[in-house]
Amino acid sequence: MDHLTKLENRSMHILREAYANFRDLGMLWSIGKDSTVLVHLARKAFFGHVPFPLIHVDTDYKIPEMIKYRDNHAWQWKLDMIYGQNIEALESKKTFPHGNCTRLECCRLLKTEALRATLNGTGPRYRMNHETGGYELENNPAPFTGVIVGVRSDEEGSRSKERYFSPRGQGNDWDIGEQPPEFWNQYKTDFAPGTHVRIHPLLDWTELDLWEYILREEIPMVSLYFVKGEGKRYRSLGCWPCTRPVESNAGTVEEIVEELRSGKFSNIAERSGREQDKEDGGGLEELRKAGYM
Amino acid sequence: MVNKNYVNENMNIVIVGHVDHGKSTIIGKLLADTNSLPVGKLEQVKETCRRNSKPFEYAFLLDALKDEQAQGITIDSARVFFKTDKRKYIIIDAPGHIEFLKNMVTGAARAEAALLVIDAKEGVMENSKRHGYLLSMLGIKQVVVLVNKMDLIDYNQQRYDEIAAEYNRFLTEIGVKADSFIPVSGFMGDNVALASDKMSWYEGKTVLEKLDLLKNKQDVEYQAFRMPVQGVYKFTAGGDDRRIVAGSVDSGKVKVGDEVIFYPSGKESRVKTIERFNAPEIDEDSVGSASGFTLEEQIYIARGELACKKGETTPQVAKGIKTKLFWLGREDLNNSRSYFIKIGTQKVRAYLEEVVTVLDAVTLSKNARQSVKRHEVAEVIFRLEKAIAFDKAESLKENSRFVIVDNYEISGGGIVVDSLEEEQRQLRENNAGVYVNWLESAVTKEERAVRYAQRPALILVSGKKDLGQKAFAKYLERGLFMEGRNTFYLDLGDAFQNIDTTAINATEKRNENLRSFAKMSSVLLHAGNIVIVTVTDIRQEELDTIAAAIHKQSVKLLWVGDAEAQDLHIDLLVKEHETKERVYSKVKKMLIDAQIIFQPYDFQRGSA
Repeated sequence: MDHLTKLENRSMHILREAYANFRDLGMLWSIGKDSTVLVHLARKAFFGHVPFPLIHVDTDYKIPEMIKYRDNHAWQWKLDMIYGQNIEALESKKTFPHGNCTRLECCRLLKTEALRATLNGTGPRYRMNHETGGYELENNPAPFTGVIVGVRSDEEGSRSKERYFSPRGQGNDWDIGEQPPEFWNQYKTDFAPGTHVRIHPLLDWTELDLWEYILREEIPMVSLYFVKGEGKRYRSLGCWPCTRPVESNAGTVEEIVEELRSGKFSNIAERSGREQDKEDGGGLEELRKAGYM
Repeated sequence: MVNKNYVNENMNIVIVGHVDHGKSTIIGKLLADTNSLPVGKLEQVKETCRRNSKPFEYAFLLDALKDEQAQGITIDSARVFFKTDKRKYIIIDAPGHIEFLKNMVTGAARAEAALLVIDAKEGVMENSKRHGYLLSMLGIKQVVVLVNKMDLIDYNQQRYDEIAAEYNRFLTEIGVKADSFIPVSGFMGDNVALASDKMSWYEGKTVLEKLDLLKNKQDVEYQAFRMPVQGVYKFTAGGDDRRIVAGSVDSGKVKVGDEVIFYPSGKESRVKTIERFNAPEIDEDSVGSASGFTLEEQIYIARGELACKKGETTPQVAKGIKTKLFWLGREDLNNSRSYFIKIGTQKVRAYLEEVVTVLDAVTLSKNARQSVKRHEVAEVIFRLEKAIAFDKAESLKENSRFVIVDNYEISGGGIVVDSLEEEQRQLRENNAGVYVNWLESAVTKEERAVRYAQRPALILVSGKKDLGQKAFAKYLERGLFMEGRNTFYLDLGDAFQNIDTTAINATEKRNENLRSFAKMSSVLLHAGNIVIVTVTDIRQEELDTIAAAIHKQSVKLLWVGDAEAQDLHIDLLVKEHETKERVYSKVKKMLIDAQIIFQPYDFQRGSA
């Protein structure tokens, strides 16, 4: 069995375990390549269906193309699409682009906080109406007890220590010293009331594996990943004020694979274009302990 | 040129050993000397060390967590990606401190081979042995022993030989054969990625060369087919009417037309199609695949069954098992409370029956006591609430592996070495008291059926909360009554859901509720009634318990709203917005088809 099929099978197994064990299950979809591959893997695991909602945390600073891509595919693939937002912070302009806080604080408010409130149902949730294609405010949103997230071990240090099934405490926090053991396809699927479990089916994938898989499966990607004339493309997607494109000549998936395999990015870290990482001493550990993806 | 660096094989390697014996340093050096680090990473770590006035260590490349760097130890297993011309590796750096043994186990269980590190100066220590023992329990057959810090003993061959001999004796005692021993210095880089020029007496491979010589696990296609069922999917969206049995193939292979048999239920059918999405059609699937198939004949099965093939070795089915396990829980394993055992996709309540022996994994001394402490290895017997299907370790290791859950946490793991049939019989006898004997009644069931023109049945009206189930049920009761049927309506509401399913005694509590409900309905059913019950979001296991307790009386499940997510045997699916009248006529049709209600026997005309 080749390595992509091996990775694919393990991820599908994990998705099915998650589906069997969590009644209130959702999957975070950031529109980036990782979680888009995850959506594809879910469709494979469930034979063309995605039997749980997809959740997007919209910071309002996402590159507009990402939102367009999200809505097009949610509609086309008949996904149960939900998004959440930290309306309060956005209305009071407590953001980095407004100059009212640091990058890290902005991330905490627009992503970590918004995510926490969207997951536990205290914040507003908007759900796609497949008849109109528009979004409607959801009444009485229930808290999610299982959340599937597309993080990978090779992204940064604290993610390399994650579990496939990783418990989060009452306050969404991550206790790194007390992670559960995990072996032989058996995961932590039992959890105390008030806590939830993050599920990480992509932990063993590298950035190159992902692009090789995107190529093999012909998964459509948002066009921001590809160079369109100006010699620049995004390698990692985030909010526009904090994500810089990289110089590149790759205009197709094949060219990206080649660039990662032996070209200019074969030994440069993927998140080097993400400014907020640098404020955290080179890692995301502090953000992640508080509930960041 | 696109395929120049294309490597199509991968392998997981774990690096284990006693704390401070230099595991992270060896890996850090391996990455640095093979140019496997991202640009600037080495410089960044060196700069951080300079600013904090700490001497640079290669281990800092891996010990990413702040607490790890502050304390200079590895707390949790890190995955490190690394590539040679032969294959891609994920190297799992496992912690050596006893406190983090569960993290070591987590890391090691993912690996196909292990590097076990021993400090040449300190020699064989407690966790050198404990880790060695656990590797064998985890089923890792290839172990390469690295005698590290050779620079600190002046590359002395005699000392190296002593350590290698001592450790080899231990491994032999526990039945493990080391693949090889390599003298290295992680700090200086001797024999890590590059051959050392300071140990001319050593003629073997470097660590890097050795890695590529290790063998990847062979897929066991020739073994009996085993696929623990993860779920039975029927997603109705878009007119999809497939009913797919999904699971990962643990061993063997399966093909269209094969006769399959599911354990512990023993139900049989034949494979109709193998289902895949966004992939070419296939008619055979084998070990390693996250598979799914449809069946020729529709049988009711659910998650937790083990799919096997007729004509191949049958698995064991038992309520008593003898196991060999390692214990990681903070609390001792003892018989004062119950646990859950998870094997394949089965999850069953387990009680500790007997501790046969407790083994100290370091001194290998045996101990007879009725509890197992943290980090100990033991042979124990479990008694289970329900029979499970498994294989004995000697016949099919993959399918003998289990974990024990104690109060939400995975607290131990092991292999089943034997099945105890005797146990099963005894348990059946103990449970017999649950059923009430109704044979006392002087009027027979048939006599009542003729009199009432109906057979007793239990109609469960369920679905997600508040979708109008109660209104449907009341209308049903009224309607049937008006037609002259004997019927009775009970509302259970959230009776089963209200119990916190994760609390320690949740299962007992739910079973207790279920049993008292079953007893009550049993009386009503034996009196000949059609009992209508509303209950929120019922699960298959609850249905099974009820069905077993009311002893082969008819149970019909009416589900209101979407049901695509459920592994549930539904008899009648209705939409929440359907009219009561429409639902009523559907239920009536179902009852007529199932011969639960019928026309009174007309003695005059001699027919119904």
